[in-house]
Amino acid sequence: MGQIATPATGAEKSRKALDRAVIRFAGDSGDGMQLTGEQFTTESAWAGNDLATLPNFPAEIRAPAGTLFGVSSFQLQFGSQRVYTPGDRLDCLVAMNPAALKVHLRDLKTGGLLIVNTPAFDKRNLDKAGYATNPLDDPTLAERYRLHKVDMTGLTHEAIKDLPLNTKEKDRTKNFFALGLVSWIYTRPLEPTLDWIKKRFAKNKDIAEANTRVLKAGHAFGETAEIFGEHYAVEPAEMAPGLYRAMTGNRALAWGLIAAAQRSKLPLVYGAYPITPASDILHELALHKRFRVRTIQAEDEIAAVTAAIGASFGGAIGVTASSGPGIALKSEGIGLAVTAELPLVVLNIQRAGPSTGMPTKTEQADLMQALYGRNSEAPVVVLAPATPGDCFYIAYEAVRLAAKYMVPVLVLSDGFLANGSEPWLIPDVTTLPPIEIQFRTEREGFFPYLRDSATLARPWVRPGTPGLEHRIGGIEKQDVTGNISYDPDNHDHMVRTRAEKVRRVAQEIPPTSINGPATGDLLVVGWGGTYGSITAAVEQAQTAGKSVASIHLRHLNPLPPDLGHILREYRKVLVPEINSGQLVRVLRAEYLVDAVGFNRVRGLPLPSEEIYEAINQLLGSTP
Amino acid sequence: MSPSEAGAKEAPKYTKKDFESDQDVRWCPGCGDYAILSALQKTMPDLGIPKENIVFISGIGCSSRFPYYMNTYGFHTIHGRAPAIATGLRVARPELKIFVVTGDGDGLSIGGNHMLHVLRRNVNLTILLFNNRIYGLTKGQYSPTSELGKVTKSTPVGSADRPVNPLSFALGCGATFVARTVDRNIPHMDEMLKRAAAHKGTGFIEILQNCNVYNDLAWNVIYDRESKVQHELRLEHGKPLLFGPPDDRRALIMRGVTPKVVRAKDVPESTLWIHDETNVNAAKLLADLFAPDFPIPVGVLTAVEAPVYEDLILQQEQKAISERGPGDIAKLLTSGDTWKIS
Repeated sequence: MGQIATPATGAEKSRKALDRAVIRFAGDSGDGMQLTGEQFTTESAWAGNDLATLPNFPAEIRAPAGTLFGVSSFQLQFGSQRVYTPGDRLDCLVAMNPAALKVHLRDLKTGGLLIVNTPAFDKRNLDKAGYATNPLDDPTLAERYRLHKVDMTGLTHEAIKDLPLNTKEKDRTKNFFALGLVSWIYTRPLEPTLDWIKKRFAKNKDIAEANTRVLKAGHAFGETAEIFGEHYAVEPAEMAPGLYRAMTGNRALAWGLIAAAQRSKLPLVYGAYPITPASDILHELALHKRFRVRTIQAEDEIAAVTAAIGASFGGAIGVTASSGPGIALKSEGIGLAVTAELPLVVLNIQRAGPSTGMPTKTEQADLMQALYGRNSEAPVVVLAPATPGDCFYIAYEAVRLAAKYMVPVLVLSDGFLANGSEPWLIPDVTTLPPIEIQFRTEREGFFPYLRDSATLARPWVRPGTPGLEHRIGGIEKQDVTGNISYDPDNHDHMVRTRAEKVRRVAQEIPPTSINGPATGDLLVVGWGGTYGSITAAVEQAQTAGKSVASIHLRHLNPLPPDLGHILREYRKVLVPEINSGQLVRVLRAEYLVDAVGFNRVRGLPLPSEEIYEAINQLLGSTP
Repeated sequence: MSPSEAGAKEAPKYTKKDFESDQDVRWCPGCGDYAILSALQKTMPDLGIPKENIVFISGIGCSSRFPYYMNTYGFHTIHGRAPAIATGLRVARPELKIFVVTGDGDGLSIGGNHMLHVLRRNVNLTILLFNNRIYGLTKGQYSPTSELGKVTKSTPVGSADRPVNPLSFALGCGATFVARTVDRNIPHMDEMLKRAAAHKGTGFIEILQNCNVYNDLAWNVIYDRESKVQHELRLEHGKPLLFGPPDDRRALIMRGVTPKVVRAKDVPESTLWIHDETNVNAAKLLADLFAPDFPIPVGVLTAVEAPVYEDLILQQEQKAISERGPGDIAKLLTSGDTWKIS
């Protein structure tokens, strides 16, 4: 190994067409795997493929090099047909060091492509990864997988030996070698990455030159080295026509909020305390001051939510975000917004818990917290996006509903949606539903808790409006007048009224779309970030001739009005979730259906293969 | 107009009555809060701010019932969080004049963190901290300003924690306006309220207030006529720090880096300590002094200028808009890398 192979002579290497491929780049935190994955994603988007991504990285900022817990990876699936998930089993694994191999090898399909950077397999790194002997010397590795041992470090240095960079700087460009090589294997265009390098390193010509050369060297290596007998083409997917961009869930949430604020012609006040994986929303919003987005990096989670409530009281769009632990701290504040009947949007980017849990890993175990996690009767509207791009529409809808019903709206995103990306068809913003804010200014007949007959919303009054001076607060108040009241019957009435107000949001929910037959043997019900895994599994079952349909809930409180009816049209109901069974419990309680759960709580998206097995198992047990 | 200047338009001529709400006041008879409420309602017309632009925000506790009794906009929120709510409101609506009403428990215990940050950010609002050194609404537990060894229901053999001094706390947080007044001195309260309300930035006033039910006469050292004459030190900008009865005037002076009390006639005039509101370091020394060894400073300890949080936020916004125009969501969505599928 190590020498540059002689150019292949004669015939072109054979190019094989694939429907789809699942690739994972894995290496040390410092190896630039996230960047490599993102660039490969951009190249695939350019190639016209549908795709889904799964970045996976340690919580530690600079985890010790070479260790198992310091491994960072980026997975994506791209295809010529609809791609719902980042994929379960890998067609190709790039392992930049022994630790990456050890952590990720088990996900590689038998016969899959395994590319390793040989110089990283030295004594020191093998020890750190816990290998007693070099796994590359074990012949079974090459028997089970199509193993390619490549001296990426050496070839990288060779390509840029004349550039005035030190060894460390040269070393750091080797991820571009991997990117170039895999780009060749899957026939990806290099242009987007070359453009990116030019822009990113405009101020450092040597680094730009080094990355460019190393990228091309990796590409050329694939083309010329005799070890790669074939490579692959994945044709463009059939996608709805229009202008696309790559979209992550967190950016989509931020942009959805901005769109809603602009549509309602109000400033957006965003209170937040830094927390993984929600911080990127704060970072994104802080860039958009031109939209009258005012970000407050608060002293704690409680200040973040209460500042947002203060802004709402003032007639702005008040928004806060966090992840589970932070949402727990905000609970009392959310209760205040419930009883003060002020609009408030709370984004929860769920992560694995309890307590600190696994901050960079995904989970959807905060549903019960969203529905019930406050003292007393404190109902709120709960929405959940299904895909990264859907986060845009959900954030927009959250603002619209909060303002229309004068109610807090909780959005349950998760770490997978937050950091994952997909090609996103850019909408025509004029087609978004209007958000009409009407502040009350009329003095005649004004009371702070006077209610709109259709929505039960109380009037939103901006302080500064003459003649409408009034007081609100956390103490129970008499309906209509808003005066402090400890009257037992009034309290009962107010508890019911606050619940009814949330219930009436059901009139906003469109008919549930069913993927599959309207009646049949099995209905799979999902919510949140599991949309892709469930859809892929259900379509697989449908292709196999099974009588299976799926629905995906974006409204979790209130639930869609047609849900009870739909559930009864199937003999069995399966609810896959990344928790111990939360939605399934709600469905059983609400509709008295014998729904069963499929639950895995591993900090990772649900594998669609396993959902497919669960579908078969449930159908198999049908008498 | 600067976004921080409340009440741009001419305010009508108000009377005290205009600021009284129709709600029954529910404090215990004899509570010091009545005097503060009355003083505030009386001061309000003099501020020259349209009533609809005034907002009272409070947390939880006896003092926090305050907004219900003021005929302005008001928000009675949750325990300790009033400064954070007010910060959000100021950022959304910088033209409003905001008063935060809090107590020693609400503001310095459960809400101590928010108090720290609102002061260091210098949000333009006025904070009235009623200090009665006890938890009243929960029926008489010791508070973070109670003296060490305080015997209460929750500390039957005496509290084990040392008290915090609200003035020192505020100055330590970087407060730009810090004053102390007393609930039984209505003219002085009136003066301090006006000064604090006019301050650009956070105006922090500690009001020594009596809880006649759970901690009666906690401030007797300054209520009792004789004791008051002995101990009250009225701070006046540009004037020497002199106190005590006319026939026995004493001076507070600095000896080295230590404040000392001496007979006024024993020291030359040139060595007197002249009060300077712009000297924050001097204010920090004064804040810690109290009877019996030292006088009790009353008045404005410090009043300095510093950048105001929400002004900076709005300036950034205005700059972004003036340089690049107002945001256009359609352009944002199509910015950066995009590709067309036909």
